[in-house]
Amino acid sequence: MTDSVLYSVLLLASLGVVAAIVLYVVSKKFYVYENPLIAEVDELLPGANCAGCGSPGCKSFADKLVNTEDISELFCPVGGNDVMKLVAEKLGKAVTEKDPTVAVLRCQGGCDVRPKTTEYQGPRTCAISAMIYSGETDCQYGCLGDGDCVAVCNFGAMYMDEATGLPVIDTDKCTSCEACVKACPRDIIEMRPRNKRDLKVFVGCLNEDKGGIAKKSCAVACIGCSKCEDVCQKDAISMNNNLAYIDPALCTLCRKCVDVCPTHSIIETNFPPKKPKKVVEKKPVAKKVVEKKEVEKVAVVKGEAAKPEVKKEVEKVAVVKEDVTVESKNTKTDA
Amino acid sequence: MSQPIIISASPHVHSDRTSKKVMYDVVIALIPAFLVSLYVFGFSAFIVTAVAVVSCLLFEYVIQKYLMKTPTTIGDGSALLTGILLAFNLPAGLPIWMIIVGSLVAIGIAKLSFGGLGFNIFNPALVGRVFLLVSFPVQMTMWPTAVENNTTLADAVTGATPLGMIKEGLMFGDTMTSISANVDFPSYTNMFLGLSGGSIGEMSALALLLGGIYLLVRKVITWHIPITILATMAVMTGIFWVIDPESYASPLIHILSGGALLGAFFMATDMVTSPMTKKGMIIFAIGIAVITVVIRLFGAYPEGVSFGIIIMNAFVPLINTYFKPRRFGSKIKAKIV
Amino acid sequence: MLKTFPKGGIHPPENKITSTKEIKRMTVPKVVNVPIAQHIGIPAEIVVDKKDKVEKGQVIAKSGGFVSSNIHAPVAGTVTKLDLVIDTSGYKKQCIVIRTDAKDPSNFEEVDFPLKTDIELEPAAILQQITDCGIVGLGGATFPSQVKLNVREGTKLDYLIINGVECEPYLTADHRLMLEKAQEIVVGIKILMKALNLKKAVIGIENNKKDAISLFKSIIKKEDGIQVAALQVKYPQGGEKQLVRAILGREVPKNGLPLDVGVIVHNVGTIFAIYEAIQYNKPLIERVVTVTGKKLENPSNFWVKIGTPIKDLIAEVGGLPEGTRKLVNGGPMMGKAIKNTDVPVTKGTSGILVISEEEASRGKAENCIRCGECVYVCPMGLEPHLLMNLSEKGFYEKASQEDIMTCIECGSCSYVCPSHRPLLDYIRFGKNIVKKLETTKN
Repeated sequence: MTDSVLYSVLLLASLGVVAAIVLYVVSKKFYVYENPLIAEVDELLPGANCAGCGSPGCKSFADKLVNTEDISELFCPVGGNDVMKLVAEKLGKAVTEKDPTVAVLRCQGGCDVRPKTTEYQGPRTCAISAMIYSGETDCQYGCLGDGDCVAVCNFGAMYMDEATGLPVIDTDKCTSCEACVKACPRDIIEMRPRNKRDLKVFVGCLNEDKGGIAKKSCAVACIGCSKCEDVCQKDAISMNNNLAYIDPALCTLCRKCVDVCPTHSIIETNFPPKKPKKVVEKKPVAKKVVEKKEVEKVAVVKGEAAKPEVKKEVEKVAVVKEDVTVESKNTKTDA
Repeated sequence: MSQPIIISASPHVHSDRTSKKVMYDVVIALIPAFLVSLYVFGFSAFIVTAVAVVSCLLFEYVIQKYLMKTPTTIGDGSALLTGILLAFNLPAGLPIWMIIVGSLVAIGIAKLSFGGLGFNIFNPALVGRVFLLVSFPVQMTMWPTAVENNTTLADAVTGATPLGMIKEGLMFGDTMTSISANVDFPSYTNMFLGLSGGSIGEMSALALLLGGIYLLVRKVITWHIPITILATMAVMTGIFWVIDPESYASPLIHILSGGALLGAFFMATDMVTSPMTKKGMIIFAIGIAVITVVIRLFGAYPEGVSFGIIIMNAFVPLINTYFKPRRFGSKIKAKIV
Repeated sequence: MLKTFPKGGIHPPENKITSTKEIKRMTVPKVVNVPIAQHIGIPAEIVVDKKDKVEKGQVIAKSGGFVSSNIHAPVAGTVTKLDLVIDTSGYKKQCIVIRTDAKDPSNFEEVDFPLKTDIELEPAAILQQITDCGIVGLGGATFPSQVKLNVREGTKLDYLIINGVECEPYLTADHRLMLEKAQEIVVGIKILMKALNLKKAVIGIENNKKDAISLFKSIIKKEDGIQVAALQVKYPQGGEKQLVRAILGREVPKNGLPLDVGVIVHNVGTIFAIYEAIQYNKPLIERVVTVTGKKLENPSNFWVKIGTPIKDLIAEVGGLPEGTRKLVNGGPMMGKAIKNTDVPVTKGTSGILVISEEEASRGKAENCIRCGECVYVCPMGLEPHLLMNLSEKGFYEKASQEDIMTCIECGSCSYVCPSHRPLLDYIRFGKNIVKKLETTKN
């Protein structure tokens, strides 16, 4: 009895020793030298493996950073300037600073403002329905609403708003990896500078149809009236194919264009509400959509650790919420 | 127009064949075999089948609804079919709790844990059957003797299947002549009509052939799998029989008895677990036949169809990878007159 | 035993309800929208301007490159605007809008030209005339004919095959044309045989058009080198590769063309258009369109001017019936669902199919039961279930290795799938991506 116990213990132990020796020899023999810098740089990178930099993952990007002479062209959108600065220190190479950007959705054509004229049957992905035809509505430039962008977002920064059928971008979570930009067959999602406090002014429409046709297919379409172009003192707005575009490099966020736009297709985000009452009178249904988004966006933020800034935002939203209620009363009486 | 125009990609017409219809066609094809077992086993055959069907449906519903939280698909007929096929592979008079365990294994483990209809690698009914066979060998080989126009509710006398008798007899050194001279050994006619021992569904070769022909006519199955299985079995057993007719049973006995016909027409042809090309089907069928014959002649079990099918099920993905249809226009030389 | 292609194929209900209806001339439309991209290849370049007066048959858009085609004014009238109009692709495309001149007599004199059998033009002139008249393949692919006929020197050619198969359910445009213009088509065949210096031609007709088969058999008795092949009824026999395989037993190599096996294939509609272009200098400004559907009051075949809005056609057959849920440009197997009735008829429109509520909806897609039905019916020997999975999951390189690009998009797989899986949708999508990947690689 004791013999068999002894034997089995001995046998197992010797097996273990043999295996350890084999492992050691093999690991020595097949050791591959890797520049230790790569691992160190990899350590600095965010580790999201989002491919926003163009490399398939953070490790390969680190490899590229270490082995490329001039890394001024390379940039990690997720880590941003902070990470790139650290990388530059580590490697002793120069990097270019880039303004932080964030994805914005250039379409406001939700179910309530852009009526569906046909019904699509088939696989619900934007890529396939875009291949077959121009979409369920009459606007062939706008969002298809099947959520390819949401599916590719690795950071949980997007979700489909069920009420409007449009994707919503949570700018706090957006890392500007541009995965959604590449996934969208309509090129609706644009990367725009984040600016201070995430203030943005941009045209929320891509409709190149003539005014009447655009307006018929979608109540908040850009009709190409050029009013914004005329009012802009910085020449930041250009008109092309009946469509306005605001150049973020020239825009000073004065918001004059927002006020003159007859269809409210220019979106402003995160500005404190100004002269609430006057605005309310001017705003028909269209503006509501944007504000709804704001409310929801912050509702998401609320759940997270409350920084003082966020608190401010919450307060601000409380005001906006009031607007919405007032406004909906207004529209009701109008109707 | 009241509703908006529908846009979809071509084609805009569709054949009226649906998965559901396919499943119910198989169910219809199994009716003759069921009637035969009702006739010979009486009420106990009905109980086994009913318990298997109800528990399969119930397990499918409960697991999908509460465990997987996916839409339930008990209406598509596949769980019903699994239940029937499982019952057909069990001896009449099996304890009810065992049938329920078999159903749980078939639906829960063999089907749903792989992802549900279409994703299972092994035929669910057979997995259930094999599980029961290896767990409860005694009960699973207690074959009630077939009695003409059986109306008894009590447990019938237990006998053995023809294949069991042969295996046992040969083990004790008997010759085929003496085994078939035994009073209990059924005649070819009885085997053909269904008056021999065996599982509920494998009784009557005639009824199974009727069902098989129905499936062939309705184009639910093609001839490739069943005919290849039966032909290969006949050839293999035939060779051994010609060499030594005293130690090996004739091909006719091998085909008419046991699960050969049930397996060839109903179990091996299960779409999900069989290859998708005709070439692949033939390879698959030859494999089943070879394994079955080897088990029957040299293995410990008298019957090997279930094992043959399950083992070959595992090779189906491989067969699908290596036996592809011939691509149009590949490897040809342009011939110009 | 009738000839057919050996592998795959299906036989959907034929529903050829208009096969006995004579081709009628449609009322001249008030306005035509002529898209500039009616053919495969580069869109034509517009050569008219707003407010220009145009003659019937005048070139209004010139061929924009090698694979392109001229477009002619289908009516005499005034160009009112150059606008974006939704066409059969489902997207807004550049169109030339012409208002018909109600006073111009040329719009209303519809002569059926007398038969003219002498072929005066020489081969080079024939090809030039085909180019000038903007002839494209009228079977549906709309490939510019002059490109197809521009055979590189040294290519061995021995057969001209005429596609009179019309294997799509519902459509009868080619069938009626063969019955009514058989003599002209035979002359058209001789024109092409002369142009290509070919000695042999075969007209392939499916056996559900027995009247056309016997008519052609009686005509070609006098002709040398032209044969009629009666074919078993099987979809997609109208596909070039399947047709060549069925008639001559030659298999076009993978990624190859019928030219590689010494064959050139043309549709009967194209042959008739070539006949008119050569003998009477008539550009391609009208074609036969079958307007059909089970619920329509009076489904018929029409001679339709290119650019006619589909709503005019539908008005002609008694309007849209109650409960219409789908409009298809082309046949039910390969046609495209269209968005509204403003879509114009183009050179590739062989039929307008009106589908009612019961047939319009797709079944709900269920799990694949691996029945292998799609594999059996695929005429190209592909595995549609596998290709769908690969392109759904994004394994495009593997899909390319599995020959996804050889798919002819006939839709047989989606037609038979008992689980209603959108096989072709995903395969088409995969093909698009693979094509893109291949072009970026090169």
